[in-house]
Amino acid sequence: MVGNGALEQLKREGRIVVVGASLAGLRAAETLRDEGFAGELTMIGDEPHEPYDRPPLSKSVLLGKASADRTALPRLRSVDATWRLGVPASGLDMAARRVRLADGAEVPYDRLLIATGVRARRWPHEGEAALDGVFVLRGRDDGAALARRLADGPRRVLVIGAGFTGSEIASACRERGHAVTVAERGGAPLVGALGGVVGAVAAELQRAHGVDLRTGVMVTALDGDAAGRVRAAQLSDGSTVETDVVVVSLGATRNTEWLAGSGLGAGPRGIACDAGCRAFDIRGIVTDDIYAAGDVARCPHPLFGYQFLSLEHWGNAVAQAEIAAHNMLSESVDRVPHMEVPAFWSSQFGINIKSVGVPSMGTEILISQGSLESRRFVGVYGYQGRVIGAVAFDQARWLPFYQELIEATAPFPPTFATVDRRPDGQRPMDADFPDPSVPSHGPTVTVSGYSPADRRMTFAPAH
Amino acid sequence: MTQSLIHRILDYRNRANPYPLYEELRETPVLHEDGGPYVVGTYYEIRSLLHDPRISSDARNLASPAANPLADASQEEGALPPSFLKLDPPEHDRLRRMTNRPFGPPHAPHHIDGMRPELHDIITGLVDGIGDTGRIDLVEQVSYPFPVTVICRLLGVPREDEPRFHVWADTLAASLDPDPDADPADRGKVAHDARMELGMYLAGLIEERRKNPGDDMLSRLATAKGEDGPMTTMELLSTAALLLIAGHETTVNLITNGMLTLLRNPDVLERLRAEPRLAVPIVEELLRFEPPVQLVPQRTTLADVEVRGVTIPKGASLWLVLASGNRDPRRFADPDRFDPDRPDIQHLGLGSGIHSCFGAPLARLEAQLALAELARRLENPCLLEDPPPYRQNAVLRGPRHLHIACDGIRP
Repeated sequence: MVGNGALEQLKREGRIVVVGASLAGLRAAETLRDEGFAGELTMIGDEPHEPYDRPPLSKSVLLGKASADRTALPRLRSVDATWRLGVPASGLDMAARRVRLADGAEVPYDRLLIATGVRARRWPHEGEAALDGVFVLRGRDDGAALARRLADGPRRVLVIGAGFTGSEIASACRERGHAVTVAERGGAPLVGALGGVVGAVAAELQRAHGVDLRTGVMVTALDGDAAGRVRAAQLSDGSTVETDVVVVSLGATRNTEWLAGSGLGAGPRGIACDAGCRAFDIRGIVTDDIYAAGDVARCPHPLFGYQFLSLEHWGNAVAQAEIAAHNMLSESVDRVPHMEVPAFWSSQFGINIKSVGVPSMGTEILISQGSLESRRFVGVYGYQGRVIGAVAFDQARWLPFYQELIEATAPFPPTFATVDRRPDGQRPMDADFPDPSVPSHGPTVTVSGYSPADRRMTFAPAH
Repeated sequence: MTQSLIHRILDYRNRANPYPLYEELRETPVLHEDGGPYVVGTYYEIRSLLHDPRISSDARNLASPAANPLADASQEEGALPPSFLKLDPPEHDRLRRMTNRPFGPPHAPHHIDGMRPELHDIITGLVDGIGDTGRIDLVEQVSYPFPVTVICRLLGVPREDEPRFHVWADTLAASLDPDPDADPADRGKVAHDARMELGMYLAGLIEERRKNPGDDMLSRLATAKGEDGPMTTMELLSTAALLLIAGHETTVNLITNGMLTLLRNPDVLERLRAEPRLAVPIVEELLRFEPPVQLVPQRTTLADVEVRGVTIPKGASLWLVLASGNRDPRRFADPDRFDPDRPDIQHLGLGSGIHSCFGAPLARLEAQLALAELARRLENPCLLEDPPPYRQNAVLRGPRHLHIACDGIRP
């Protein structure tokens, strides 16, 4: 036996509270029970629903192939928890070890896991955001509402922001036969996550599927009719788009406001934690009883210069949740670091897009397999002479190889021969990422510097 | 002088149990003997190489084809062009994508599952027809006819022509792994003739399906129109031949190896009899424990590739011994134990990467149905011969006959 028995006591009769009842929260709870936690487990979630899966919401749910209320996550085991659903957490008292809930209740803990995730960034003009027909897409209710409206057969759908979610929504709408306009502030769809070279392919893809894609423009106003229904959008180039459905897809905001003033190192970039998922306080001292996992966490990553990395990825939420839960119940020597190489996927316009590493850190790109013209390729991203990321369009089965290159900090550009290497794939190009200070839809991978208590970040759409 | 390890792996006398040789193989990161192929037998390295774009499946990239004792003899004058199994992207991708369109997701997600009732009828009929239970040859009576019938139905081959396929398929499979005692000239001619006959037959059938398409795969492939264009007759011939050969030579062995393994593990057989759903994990464990494709012998390097400190030079012949990787103790605890309750079974039995088994969903379903049916219906089955006589083939390894007996057939 290691330690003084406190850990055994925690496992036997401790109180663990998980704030956030989605993918990360559920998988953490399952891991805690798997690892022998027999104490009291409380799951707090702001939505009234049991944990559900989000990826289908922008895909099969919008296509009408799946129902939003049938997306519950499969349970890997029973978690025997007290569920407090439909009540958001509103505050944290670190000294007294209590979570405050919006209904005034307080829940004491011995260990706390924060997995509150992110929410969709709303349309900044409140009156316009309230118009009937203006949607965001993040939660199950959002998905159900948008799917219902699409089933009514709108004349046109306007998607604001061509990140992954916006592009998937546009794809689903086209597949359903709706007229779609996409307005993107950057030069191309997916440009924040994958850069301009790949973004140009995404733009062609959208146009080939009949999307009315407007890039380099902002939506400056949404107009409503007398009945409070949205009817048109004004664009910064002076044009007007007549539309009866608007989907605001401008990226996500981290759910950390409830931690303001708590003393935890939480801000708009997320909750800073160490590689073992333990949260930092604002002084930069790591706590030993508060952990974070999923979209809301930002962790230093050795492959990316130990900068803090935030990932809005399904696989990351699962991996981090399992590690946080394990470490919570482990002596320090038995703890494990979270070192997964980031990976995400998207399916849109009949193409499977998958990425590993952090493409958005890359300054150059080389098309190592296939060709941009065929829309089937592998692009490798380079940063300071090493491979930092890769993206595949309908070529995902090769990515484990590129992941190994990233893990091995292999030199960029790769010079070896591969299958399907084309003449135009011999030279690296400028990856053409936009200036990160210009906000657009926002990439789902963000490197956010070295400060664990970084509270400065503002998002100000120019109007 | 002792025989080289590669020769011992190929030696027919070791066919019944090659696993101790694989254990020896795993002691070397990359085995390279006497200017022969570079052989890899450890799990993680095989998995990496299966996803490595510096590795080609196209034999035309080999610097010296003679270095590979399992070189495919079918690349002769006048033969069919290589199937997608032996092509690299983008040609591989195009043909596989087109072939997949009528076969599986995303375009035909319910196709295989929709065949379940027909498959069930076929296997039931075969077990009904077993006859003398004192001496059953499971290969001849069940494992062979089942997948041949299924693949013929899938493609739309008329039933009366099915017996001819047995002959052609057997000849072609044997040609991959020649009997060292046979005269090479005769052997080459027999295989060549079989390929020509099969090709002529299929060409006629394709012609017929172009005129009168049905809803079988051959008709759909023959009439395909899409972003990838139509398949040429030669491409279609290669693809159809690939599906015919690869589609059943492997499943035959999966079913036979399966029944052999179950009879050697009667407790598992009894559990399957009581609980047919156990067929799913049993087939996965079988794909690890006794994979029907033991090794992938047709890869070559497009660049110098380093594997655990050993450089495999550009143009080298590379073998990936899947069956050895599946028994790698660095990956699987107690790897030589057949254990369908393994919680984590990401085996290499169906390969991985772009060439991962095209027919995997069909093969799994066939094996699950066959083993569940055999377990349910054979009363007190036992092996009459252990080990059974094996086929020559070291790649598509499996018993030539599996003689068993039982007390009767349950209805």
